[in-house]
Amino acid sequence: MNKSSCCISKPAGTSGPDGPVESVSTQLTWRDHLAHCKVRWNLGRMGFVIAPGLYAVGQPSDQSPVLVTANYRLTFDRLRRELAHLDAWILVLDTQGINVWCAAGKGTFGTEALVQRLRQERLAERVTHGQIILPQLGAVGVAAHEVKSQTGFQVVYGPVYARDIKAFISARLKATEAMRRVHFTCYDRLVLTPVEIMLSLKYLVGACVVFVLLSGWTREGYAVRAIMQQGPRVLGNLGAAFISGACLGPVLLPWLPGRRFAVKGMVIGFIVALALMLAGLSGSSLETASWFLVVMSISSFLTMNFTGASTYTSLSGVEREMRTAVPVQLTGLGIGTVLWIASLFL
Amino acid sequence: MNKLRYLKDVVTLELDADRCTACGLCLEVCPHQVLERQGKTVGVVDRDACMECGACARNCRFDAITVRVGVGCAQAIINAAIRGGEPSCDCSKGSACC
Repeated sequence: MNKSSCCISKPAGTSGPDGPVESVSTQLTWRDHLAHCKVRWNLGRMGFVIAPGLYAVGQPSDQSPVLVTANYRLTFDRLRRELAHLDAWILVLDTQGINVWCAAGKGTFGTEALVQRLRQERLAERVTHGQIILPQLGAVGVAAHEVKSQTGFQVVYGPVYARDIKAFISARLKATEAMRRVHFTCYDRLVLTPVEIMLSLKYLVGACVVFVLLSGWTREGYAVRAIMQQGPRVLGNLGAAFISGACLGPVLLPWLPGRRFAVKGMVIGFIVALALMLAGLSGSSLETASWFLVVMSISSFLTMNFTGASTYTSLSGVEREMRTAVPVQLTGLGIGTVLWIASLFL
Repeated sequence: MNKLRYLKDVVTLELDADRCTACGLCLEVCPHQVLERQGKTVGVVDRDACMECGACARNCRFDAITVRVGVGCAQAIINAAIRGGEPSCDCSKGSACC
């Protein structure tokens, strides 16, 4: 794995007992912002990985705080941006380009990985205070008492968000209640929707191909002319179903009724299907009925998939909701498709 | 805006008050303030807000907390049903979901 060249300024600034440590800037450049955009759109995001290891911010000494983080580009950049005018160490674990919370769930941001990295970087020889600061969400994978017994380092759980790290350090490593809370704002949900779109693109393409191919069927047999006639409406309505489930559902989450994501997705799907009908885009009454079923089923499924990106759903809850939602979605999609095919012949 | 809430009465979180020493580390690591100090122990005060991330249980050196840890992710459950195994964030075969 190569060190990401964009943000590492050479020559290295600080030497320690184990040779030089690479320095990082606390300023983000337009290149960084471009990279973040690509990451959000899931474009080659695995290429934006920070090399694991120890980094220096400013001129850290044996008294400077040690901040442990993941090697996801967005995470690392967000952290270094918050450290302007501070002297600190950043210890980057190899989380394979995944953020702290998810990596902690998988174990790559875990006790064992942390202990190994502490030993490998011989951190005990660089700092004398014996403390390391972990992002709070890292606690999912790290057991503080085990790190203590294996390395002697005391794990201090810092704030959830990097933006609070400066206040946390100035408050002598004390987090306020607010710093410990996970948020899920409208903006948080909005920036996650591009990835949702990219990840559900496979479903969209599949559905479009099937429906467009089917649309050639008429009472007079199979006709390319019929595809040309039906095609745009088919693509438009399926596209609307995807926007509904992958964007509108997630963004409007708190305002949609029900606790279940599948219900929220179904409701917004109903509204979108209604809009299509009122705009005269759903054809005959039989075809309109079929679009209601298809759009609501797809929208429900995609919004249900947003559970993974949300910050408050439990495995037990998602399992329970899927036990009823998936059969309903499949039935709705099945009946909708049959009705739609029937409408081609009427 | 009200706090977003997921389903009622599904969470598997349990706290054994006899083992708990009220050291408070679980209160620190919980992202949703599910737990609260209650005198010489800690109590579950907002069970439905728990997302079963397991941070509290992992950091409890007294083994006072049990929870079935997992990701609340529909895609992970679908993947696990197809490939077998437990649902995990491991949908990243070449791409990443989270």
